[in-house]
Amino acid sequence: MTDQDRPQYQQLLARKVEVVNVGLEGFVKDLRDCGIDVVHVDWKPSAGGDPQMAALLAKLGV
Amino acid sequence: MAIQSSIRANLYKDSVSLMRISQVTIARTGVQRVTLLMGTRSNKEFLQQAGLMSPALESAKPGDIMIVVADDAPDKIAAAEREIHSQIAGEEPKGGSTEAAAEAPPRSIAGGVAIADHADLALISVPGPYAAAEALKALRRGLNVLLFSDSVPIEQEVAIKRVAAQKGLLVMGPDCGTAIINGVPLGFANVVRRGAIGLVGASGTGLQEVMCQIHRHGHGISQAIGTGSHDVSSEVGGITMLQGLELLAADAQTKVVAIVSKPPAPDVQQRVIERARAIGKPVVICFLGGEPAASAGNVHRTSSLEETARQAVALAGARQPGSDEQSAEALATKVCGSLTPSQRYLRGLYSGGTFCSEAQTIWRAAGIRARSNAPLAGAERLADVEESRGHMAIDLGSDEFTVGRPHPMIDYGVRIERLLKEAGDPTVACIVLDVVLGYGSHPNPAEILAPAIRRAKAAARAQGRELAVICFVCGTDADPQPYETQKGMLADAGAEIVGSSTSAARASQAIASRMAADDSANGRRAMQGGER
Repeated sequence: MTDQDRPQYQQLLARKVEVVNVGLEGFVKDLRDCGIDVVHVDWKPSAGGDPQMAALLAKLGV
Repeated sequence: MAIQSSIRANLYKDSVSLMRISQVTIARTGVQRVTLLMGTRSNKEFLQQAGLMSPALESAKPGDIMIVVADDAPDKIAAAEREIHSQIAGEEPKGGSTEAAAEAPPRSIAGGVAIADHADLALISVPGPYAAAEALKALRRGLNVLLFSDSVPIEQEVAIKRVAAQKGLLVMGPDCGTAIINGVPLGFANVVRRGAIGLVGASGTGLQEVMCQIHRHGHGISQAIGTGSHDVSSEVGGITMLQGLELLAADAQTKVVAIVSKPPAPDVQQRVIERARAIGKPVVICFLGGEPAASAGNVHRTSSLEETARQAVALAGARQPGSDEQSAEALATKVCGSLTPSQRYLRGLYSGGTFCSEAQTIWRAAGIRARSNAPLAGAERLADVEESRGHMAIDLGSDEFTVGRPHPMIDYGVRIERLLKEAGDPTVACIVLDVVLGYGSHPNPAEILAPAIRRAKAAARAQGRELAVICFVCGTDADPQPYETQKGMLADAGAEIVGSSTSAARASQAIASRMAADDSANGRRAMQGGER
């Protein structure tokens, strides 16, 4: 198998992880303490808090 | 007690932030109870069950904070409400200025990726009903996902894992508590040295315990891939576990692989074992609570977390560390001498679900039938988690204890309440507690647990008996909460400290077996006495 044939997740181990954090803000400090680049997303429930509508919007790529 | 309820509209806070605000408010105002929850349906049901729901909260939406304050004194309630609003205001992002706007965090994963264009992993811990939607958004942006959130419907898990597999991406979770990727601890994770042993597991605390023991044996971890607890079900088919095995097979750092999981569905188990046989590296498999199985070829089967760590270390080239079977018996001898004959039962109060399963497995093998809210296959399920009777192993991290509350590894309140309740039961011989250190966990668990252990033991003593409390600490000397210091604080409080979850289960089993044997011997003596 060539590198190009390998699934993309195999590259996860090939370099230093960079993280987008969505949810518990406490994880951001832990990661930064480990020297990891992390961007925190100030998340709020979308679609007026309706989980089914949020799932539908996500399927539609919104 | 008067209860005052109100809503802070249109402001989202995660459960840990809300817990912090509650605790600070109680500390500063002396008010008896503060409950802060987002206005989701499950949180409203929780308030209903707790007798704290009121008409004022019915209109709360999932993006609103429900505020409930209870006390006998109206002035304390008013002071607490002022304190809560002041803290919420203090935590809100400051807006208005151009500078603040420029520094404002992104509001979506797309916005996050726009800033971090080399990002390759999304760590998602939003409430369960929204988690799959966020995971899909991350996958669309080409990110691998660690989905910390639990309570994600299994059909959604299957859907996101299939999307991930099509894109060649990895989804660790849902309900994935821990992972280590290239030395980076994610979620609840301990600080362990890097080394040659790669882990993959459907059990968060199981992975943590095995990696900590490997570290304490002087070895290290290359990677730890969490799959989430439902991955090995027939519906999901072990998608992440099989991907994890592929990752570890290809990883040059990984010389030995260890798998830690509850027993997978039979079809998944077969696929996992077949894949393990083919990866060309030694593999240790611990399907905790499953039927014992013989080792064959490169696949080594184990039945406890301690044995898994020892076997992996031995295969990595070190002398196999010794077992502490003797110390379980020695501890039982030490403890049982001070117990009264009525004290026969074990109460395991666990924050880690895997520890709860492992204890049940070890107890059952010795003929001890325990009931649990997370029972092994064929064991009795606790009808009411508040009930205290007979031998019990309780997983306090399960849904019935965590809706609207932080996990018991972060918030020890529920566990301490339960510890004190069990201490008042004259039939209890021994209480078992796990203390999980590392990132994400409580910053100083022994500081709050040690006084509670002292109170529990004093309460039993005031009723004329001693109470055994066995603790094990899942952690390392490199964790933010130093391992030896935590152990020392718990030992000073009178807890018996053992080196692993397995040892704690064995030692408690030895105590219960000894008390039952003494009881039946006394019964025989009484009968013989009556015959004379």
